[in-house]
Amino acid sequence: MAVIRDKMPAFQLFQPASTEEALGVLNRYGADAWVLAGGLDTWDWLKDRVQKPAAVVDLGGIASLREIRSAGGGVEIGAMATLREVIRHSDVSGQFSLLTDAASQAASPQIQNQGTLGGNVGQDTRCWYYRDGWSCYRAGGNICYADTPTAMNREHAILGASRCVAVNPSDTAPALIALDAEMVVLNSGGERVIAAQDFFIGPAVDIERMTALRPGDILTQIRIPSTWADARFYFEKARDRAVWDFPLANVASAAKVSNGLIEDIRIVANGVAPYPVRFVAAEDAVRGQQVNDQTAAQAGEIAVRGVTPLAHNGYKVSLLRNLVARSVRGAEA
Amino acid sequence: MPLGGEVTDEWEVGDVEAGFAEADLILDESVFAASLSHQPLETRTAMAYWQNGKCYMHCSTQSTGRTEGNMARWVGVDPANLVLIGEYCGGGFGSKIAASIQARIPALLSKKAGKPVMLRVTRQEENFFGRARPGIQARAKFGFKSDGRIVAMDLLHVQDGGPYGRSGDFMSAADQASLMYQPDHMRMRGITVYTNTPPRGAQRAPGGVQAVAMFAPIVDKAAKQLGVDRLEIIRMNAPEGQATFGRPRQGQQGNVSSAFPKEAIDKARVDFDWDAMQARSKRRNGTKVTGVGAAISSYSAGASGIDGLLVIRPDGIVQIHTGVGNLGTESFSDTSRPAMEALDTPWEQAEMVWGDTSKHLPWSAIQGGSQTTHAHTRSNWAAGLEAKKRLQEIAADRFGGSPDSFRVSNARVYRGGQSLTFGQAAERAMQMSGIYDGSELPEDINEVTIRSATALAGSGLVVAVKDNFETGGRNMSYVIGFAEVEVDVETGAVQLVDYKAAADVGTILHPNNLVAQVHGGGVQGFGVALGQKWVMDPQWGLHVAKRFYSNRPPTILDVPHEKEMDFSSPNLPDPFSPIGARGVGEPPVGAAAGAVLNAIADALGDDVYFNRSPIMRDMILSKLNGLDDAHNPLSTHV
Repeated sequence: MAVIRDKMPAFQLFQPASTEEALGVLNRYGADAWVLAGGLDTWDWLKDRVQKPAAVVDLGGIASLREIRSAGGGVEIGAMATLREVIRHSDVSGQFSLLTDAASQAASPQIQNQGTLGGNVGQDTRCWYYRDGWSCYRAGGNICYADTPTAMNREHAILGASRCVAVNPSDTAPALIALDAEMVVLNSGGERVIAAQDFFIGPAVDIERMTALRPGDILTQIRIPSTWADARFYFEKARDRAVWDFPLANVASAAKVSNGLIEDIRIVANGVAPYPVRFVAAEDAVRGQQVNDQTAAQAGEIAVRGVTPLAHNGYKVSLLRNLVARSVRGAEA
Repeated sequence: MPLGGEVTDEWEVGDVEAGFAEADLILDESVFAASLSHQPLETRTAMAYWQNGKCYMHCSTQSTGRTEGNMARWVGVDPANLVLIGEYCGGGFGSKIAASIQARIPALLSKKAGKPVMLRVTRQEENFFGRARPGIQARAKFGFKSDGRIVAMDLLHVQDGGPYGRSGDFMSAADQASLMYQPDHMRMRGITVYTNTPPRGAQRAPGGVQAVAMFAPIVDKAAKQLGVDRLEIIRMNAPEGQATFGRPRQGQQGNVSSAFPKEAIDKARVDFDWDAMQARSKRRNGTKVTGVGAAISSYSAGASGIDGLLVIRPDGIVQIHTGVGNLGTESFSDTSRPAMEALDTPWEQAEMVWGDTSKHLPWSAIQGGSQTTHAHTRSNWAAGLEAKKRLQEIAADRFGGSPDSFRVSNARVYRGGQSLTFGQAAERAMQMSGIYDGSELPEDINEVTIRSATALAGSGLVVAVKDNFETGGRNMSYVIGFAEVEVDVETGAVQLVDYKAAADVGTILHPNNLVAQVHGGGVQGFGVALGQKWVMDPQWGLHVAKRFYSNRPPTILDVPHEKEMDFSSPNLPDPFSPIGARGVGEPPVGAAAGAVLNAIADALGDDVYFNRSPIMRDMILSKLNGLDDAHNPLSTHV
């Protein structure tokens, strides 16, 4: 458990100008290397001395990783584009305002200026036990401190837990899954493209990671296809403060609605499980249905099937049910 | 909460059982106000070095002058060998009233190392030893007449005292309840218990905020049950005149110097259009429901008997010395202006000396308990009057005749064509010596002032004087908060739509600063009501919510932003102060907290009171959905 605070442990800082240079450093240091994007997740870890990497690879000098451009009717966003750049980009707000809405509600206006889209989707959980350096499952130990009879778990998972009950805190992640985005990952072996839905992994897959990224990997780009361009979007974030707060739950949906009929829809929520949860059964149930309160309520009920609330987060069940229902009803309802 | 058990403190006025026998409605509730950290943005910092046997200490303190003694004791030097520099404190909220003992660390290390040493404190460390408001669990029984008048109150307080146990909040909570609600009969019993949690200390209206957070909803609930206007029930029970309150001493309750909250409510009822606010109560807008609420808060607002010290220099400048610290309000200068008003001389003729004990500061009030405005407007008014008297005597000595025949105005003392500038008078004071240049000093001033005035002796017309004005009772100020919220019944979200505050603070000294205090304290109250709290793991006994993002003090975006927060005041002078001003730092917090808590309850129904604070989404959703983890008043740190 960390005791000394605020003074970061010594590390070698590398500021490569290209992805090739970055990969070179990452290969050399392996698991002892830490990839730095905007720093909002990183500096807490280092200042708390919970993480002590030998090398920090700052991607801030690689200009190509900040580009946002139209491609094939969709948008390609460099992983190092700041949330503010994403919010202000007309191609994003024009066709995929779901991501604009989600990014606008992430963190705070100041953090949006510094934080990157890649960092927002790649950030670690904010479980207060884990972040404080407790030796839990996720940290390589053999207990989940948040899942005991007396644990403080108001902000933890009601779905998808597997030993660890921490939640994924990203606001942009569910939006990207709803938009059927792809994550481009580069390592020394080449490039691989991962569906956003598969990019986020739960503890049953690997309890020490929240994404498919492994040591030596760099998330370079996020590609949003044209599939859901100009669809009817809905994003809502439930949090305790109006700003600078992680979601107790959020929901993102993209729907194709014609004459009040739901032709297609994707519904994703975060903050309720260790990974963003797509509610495929709810999507299937409402596809072909009229947008109305009954359809919305049906989706909400399906979404909370199988929930396992902890001692202090039973409220998340009704919160999730209602958010999913609202995401089906849409903002104009 | 169970009754019985031992208490360490208790008092009673009247006959509380007889009072309840008279009551038409009795509400007997278990209630809770949470512990919460001060969370100053500026964590406490100190830097020290030694030079020629003196310790030079730069530290964040609310009270420059009154920190010197503590720090000298902590460092182990005579106060004369300590130079304390503290021009800017940053946020304090009671956690840095006279600095903090951690500031001794760099002083002691520096002495050993022979080098300057600086102490920086992280946010998490601030959480651990920056002190915190103690939580209170209470059993509160209120007896009301059918018209809303409170006839009896019976309080049992159990305070979460942290590792050092003792803190007076649980007692002052009862005192404030006694003042705000003026019951005919009242009993208070209480105890503070040791807990394995961070240490507690005074936080802006210590005990007062807890009292409002716990009891304002009870009064509000009674209004609804009795069919009484929710503002009128506050007004009818509010103090007036030199109202008595609190723990009796030698069988007698003390009294306040003045109280005009009823006048403040009457004005606010019109200024804020309370009837229109009430009309919006429970208005439904889709999934959102409007709630409105009001609450009164009182707290200490002044001290007396403090010294004033000024020098009229040979260059004509009036050099006003003050040991008042600076929490960002710049009150060290605002409270010095009465000296120039007494001399009928423009403020531009004055220079302030403050923030550094090597510059010879007088005995000053602590910058805690909102004492500064009242204490230092009085002491500086006294210094100004004394300087005027000396100037008249100097002029009479020069020109002959009665001192009273000379006027003092615009940096001159004159009679017809006979005139001395302040500079000329200062030169004569230096020649006359004795009581004029500081060589002879009054016997009733504090030894700190004597030391400073003695150091200044011979530098001009030196005036050191104690505030001996009549006091009339304890100085208290009053704020009444008015809140409007929208509660989304599907997500439990609470949006604070509007907040207004009415303040009875005596004469308004500095309008902008007053509004900043009332609304700034209000924002702190929003945190009390809506989200700021500790979370501790009971198994491991450890804090888990130590960061800003997890213990959630309010942000600027949590403040109403579609409507400007309004303000109202009757601006009636306290009759026992020559300036009429009282302090205002304390009561705004509770007023906002109580008003918001009542507004949330109003939105959710006529009988949906949580009896605890803060009220957050989990509680609202659990309550609305009939879940059992909406937290009862005996759950702490959740």
